[in-house]
Amino acid sequence: MSSHSQEFLDQASVITRDLRHRGLIQTALKKYEVARDKRKSAFGDWQSARQAAAETKWEAINHLDKYLTEFADKLEARGTKVHWASTGEQARDIIVKLIAEKKAKCVIKSKAMTSEEIHLNDAMEKAGFEVVESDLGEYIVQLRKEPPYHIVFPAMHLTRDEISDLFQRELGSAPTQEPEELTMIARRALRKKYIEADIGITGANFAVAETGMISLTENEGNARLTAALPKTMITLLGIEKVLPKMEDLALFLPMLATAGAGQAVTGYNTLYGGPKQADEADGPEEWHVVLLDNRRSLLLADAEQRDALHCIRCGACLNVCPIFRNVGGHTYGTTYSGPIGSVITPHLRGLQNWKHLSGSSSLCGACTETCPVKIDLHHHLLQNRRNASQEEPSALEQFAYKVFGFVANRPGMWQVGKELARMFQPLHKFVLGSKLDPARTWTATRDVQPVAPESFKEWWRKNKSGK
Amino acid sequence: MTVTLFVPCFVDALFPQVGINMVRILEKLGHRVECPEEIACCGQPAFNSGYWDEARCVAEPTLKRLKNAEAVVIASGSCGAMLKVFYPQLFENKPEAAAAHELSHKVWEFSDFLVKKLGVTDLGAKFPAKVTFHDGCHGLRELGIKSSPRKLLEKVEGLELVEMQDAETCCGFGGTFSAKFPMISTAMGEVKCTSAKQTGADYIVSNDSSCLMHVQGLLSREGSPLKTIHLAEILGGNQQS
Repeated sequence: MSSHSQEFLDQASVITRDLRHRGLIQTALKKYEVARDKRKSAFGDWQSARQAAAETKWEAINHLDKYLTEFADKLEARGTKVHWASTGEQARDIIVKLIAEKKAKCVIKSKAMTSEEIHLNDAMEKAGFEVVESDLGEYIVQLRKEPPYHIVFPAMHLTRDEISDLFQRELGSAPTQEPEELTMIARRALRKKYIEADIGITGANFAVAETGMISLTENEGNARLTAALPKTMITLLGIEKVLPKMEDLALFLPMLATAGAGQAVTGYNTLYGGPKQADEADGPEEWHVVLLDNRRSLLLADAEQRDALHCIRCGACLNVCPIFRNVGGHTYGTTYSGPIGSVITPHLRGLQNWKHLSGSSSLCGACTETCPVKIDLHHHLLQNRRNASQEEPSALEQFAYKVFGFVANRPGMWQVGKELARMFQPLHKFVLGSKLDPARTWTATRDVQPVAPESFKEWWRKNKSGK
Repeated sequence: MTVTLFVPCFVDALFPQVGINMVRILEKLGHRVECPEEIACCGQPAFNSGYWDEARCVAEPTLKRLKNAEAVVIASGSCGAMLKVFYPQLFENKPEAAAAHELSHKVWEFSDFLVKKLGVTDLGAKFPAKVTFHDGCHGLRELGIKSSPRKLLEKVEGLELVEMQDAETCCGFGGTFSAKFPMISTAMGEVKCTSAKQTGADYIVSNDSSCLMHVQGLLSREGSPLKTIHLAEILGGNQQS
């Protein structure tokens, strides 16, 4: 068992018993469901919209070579510097070097899961730069020195009281219960940072190949300030973010807002096409776009699971996942949690170390049903399980399935098996819950259904067979 | 018509009444029921754990023995999904691929078979109780079964159906998942039981015994008066003691 797997089990054991956490998350996501369904009904036909979105992403991902170069060429034509990073390390080096060249002291950042993926903040801080997250949720978890809990709602696991306590401790503010006041406390701290910052770093929700633009979606206006105020803007994005045409946004922007947060359209949607041009009054003087592969091309090479690159990071699959709802975001120990994280993390960070995430699913399929770009999520979990078992089978498990197959294929042995179970069943109570109990993982919380005095097949032989 | 009834391994050993009621219902409707003695399992546990070779060892004889069936009715949405949806994947590029696709077209989950294939909803059953229905995930999302069991329950005399909040949320069983990740499985089951209790129902009904086994295991442990029962037991009128 990998250490990641053990950590997952240990944390899951604690948090699944935490009824306060369970209640908090269930309540928050119930509200989300209501808002999402209301917005879904505003689409002429949500299922057709999903199909159209899936087809558009299929086109983009299956011709990534074409669309990425088109995107980069268009960007460069307007004076943007495009950097290609094969690995997270390369991307970090490119960005840290840029910051050093500008002799920057303070970096302001808007929300970017890709930067979490490559641990960019750590790298910048180690190099001696101050980094401030400007998204409210991200700012809160940064002050708490913890990773985002959810890819869209980074601080959804915290109550107002906890946030107020945090602000009192870290910012010296007065205690308050009001969300507006809490927001104002953060705003006052952050506004100073926008002015001080020499560099602004953003992510991207979409990259439009046709026009060479990135599309940024946010609710707080912080990404606009991050991009507009500092002299240098750096954007980090995964290569899968590409959309072929500008008109595709007409579908993807409302779809992302609906699936992600139950909104019609997100508060602020901005397109960036280049640094300040000669005839323009404002905007950053320099813009660097860093395109990150970081093993995405390996996923691209996997014809079976390639559609996982369709992901628009809306978080809808996390929100409906009963596993996520019970273990929460931090238990996964990954940048991308929930079903999409369980599918792609084995590809991005190694199958054997992260296969337990694909195992930790009841395969209920709620994720696949909700995914706006129709990623076949729960079937990909099955494929990860197959690939992991083929690569490194567990001798014990494999043996158990071989024995089961041998017995199940022979009616006589199957009958003997049932009779043995009946015989030993009365003894179960003597070992129940102990180390000797072969079913202890089940019996710790659940009663066992006894083998029936007469099985179906015994009944059939007696009453029906040959009659 | 001749109906080949597939009674999965755990239904055979733990819930025989489910199969017996199905035989009685199908015979009452005038069909001949056969039940091949040799078939025990669909191979889903090995398949879901990633051991596809071992799954094929069980699935291959099952596939062969069902080859000449007119219609295969299966006493579980989950095992039904295995035969209907996953056999074609399991046998992809294997000599049995064509047989797997052929079988896929004639496999039916029990409630869907009654309503969609036979066009029957009223079986003359009586069950004076308040019930809530749990949609098993495989039946719901792999096979698309939502309305059939409800149409059947509607016609049961004396039965009151109350929908629970999140009827479509997984109960947390998930086969080997329940043993490998018992803490998560249990938490999911507790959420399910809470939703069911809020309806004030006497019974949780489902068309999948595996979900019911999980939920019943939790309810029995806490000593809850809420009980579980398979749809076929209500429709056939013969309950497991």
